[in-house]
Amino acid sequence: MEVFINLLVNGVSTGLLIFLLAAGLTLIFGLMSVLNFAHGGLFVWGAFSGAWIFTETNSFLLAIAGAILIGMGLGWVMERFLIRPVYGNHVRQLLITLGGMLILSESIKIFWGPNPIRVNMPGWLEGSYQFDGIIIIKYRVFVIVIGLLLYLALWLLLRHTQIGLMIRAGVMDKEMVQALGINVKGLFTFVFLLGAALAALGGALLAPYSGVVFAEMGMQYAILAFIVVIIGGMGSLQGSALASLIVGVAGAFAAYFMPDLSLALNMLLLVIVLLVKPTGLLGEKGSAV
Amino acid sequence: MSLLKLDNLETYLEQYHILQGVSMSVEEGSITVLFGRNGAGKTTTLRSIMGFNPSTTGTVHFHNQNISKLSTHLISRKGIGYVPENQGIFSGLTVEETLNLAKAKSAGETEAKMEWMLQLFPDLKKFWRKKSGLLSGGQKQMLAIARAYINGDGLLLIDEPSKGLSPIMVEKLMESLLKMKEKTTILLVEQNFLMASQIGDYFYIMDDGKIVHEGLMEDLKEDKETCQKYLGIA
Repeated sequence: MEVFINLLVNGVSTGLLIFLLAAGLTLIFGLMSVLNFAHGGLFVWGAFSGAWIFTETNSFLLAIAGAILIGMGLGWVMERFLIRPVYGNHVRQLLITLGGMLILSESIKIFWGPNPIRVNMPGWLEGSYQFDGIIIIKYRVFVIVIGLLLYLALWLLLRHTQIGLMIRAGVMDKEMVQALGINVKGLFTFVFLLGAALAALGGALLAPYSGVVFAEMGMQYAILAFIVVIIGGMGSLQGSALASLIVGVAGAFAAYFMPDLSLALNMLLLVIVLLVKPTGLLGEKGSAV
Repeated sequence: MSLLKLDNLETYLEQYHILQGVSMSVEEGSITVLFGRNGAGKTTTLRSIMGFNPSTTGTVHFHNQNISKLSTHLISRKGIGYVPENQGIFSGLTVEETLNLAKAKSAGETEAKMEWMLQLFPDLKKFWRKKSGLLSGGQKQMLAIARAYINGDGLLLIDEPSKGLSPIMVEKLMESLLKMKEKTTILLVEQNFLMASQIGDYFYIMDDGKIVHEGLMEDLKEDKETCQKYLGIA
């Protein structure tokens, strides 16, 4: 029972971290039809800049805020100079965002060197909770709470604000949204910055969670996020949340019981979902939430 | 007085030369109908006005202001409401959400316009919380027209509204457009001559990307030769 609950908590917390990366990815794809392979680069920049600010200032909140700002800054540059010139051209998007991923990962080494960096846990999040002999690490609970709050905030944004209404309409029919006087390019930028902020936040939260960060981790997590986005249904926020939990929990159990099959299990899940429901678990045209 | 004036529009879609010097004007308070066979360039004319397929040469003036170089969202904000051929329904949004979205960037008295649309199309009120994708074909057309009217301010571009509708729905649509004419100007693309000839004031006929005939609708009804040659009506 202890093992089961621990694996479940690990899986849910890892799943919610993947969700932070996948949420931006799925909204960017849904609204802008852009498969952004460079998204993992924003995640790794969030992890390194957050770890660096935390080491320098000893303030975890400042580290998170700084990582988000740096992620948004990089996201703005990426959207303005890499993505915008290739809207509508999927082959060029694929090449340019893969290139962007490499540039972001390699540029990490210019600032922080080629070696992995150790990251400490903030003091107030160290330790664990104990219930009936079951030990749950405090930081994982923190990640779960933040992940759930962010999911709720995103859901509220999409469901109950005017900009959310515009985004949902834009996912369904970009042209018609423009015909209603809405600046769709501005909407693209907003969604891209939102996605960049979430990716960077995910990276900053992951750093103390894994205890070590390295430049190549962006691609590793981006692959998981892509699997999640496809399983959940491209463009669907709820689908991504559900798929993140499935992938996170399945990954945690697989890593414990059959560690060699961990990544293969995710691929198997992907194949099964694509065979049974090619649009993904909750994916359908015209659904952003 | 011309509310909308197109002067020598030339539009290409990839390598195809679709509009080949289209000039026309739409009088304020009128229903002007643009006829033509499939592929004549009617939809491209509306899309060029809206900036989706901008013309390479020529100008579009709305309220005497050149709007041909503006982006679509800025053209819309000038007061032009647009109903595309496929209706452009946001299938996952409710009727309420769709009409609220139409108000977001609209100029003018949006509340009054909304109220009037709900009087004109009571089904929209009835299915207020229903997803737009679940409405019938006729209801979707009503929603698309109401959305364009609420969003626009003075001019509606409507692309083949009778397409795929039952005769009863076409009748209702005609009555609604006639009522709307009292409050807005309409440029209507239509292939249903019977319907359009009953509500239109002026007409233009397009063929191979050019305007080949224009005039008063009353005159076209009498001109059997033109009707047969360009519209296939015996």
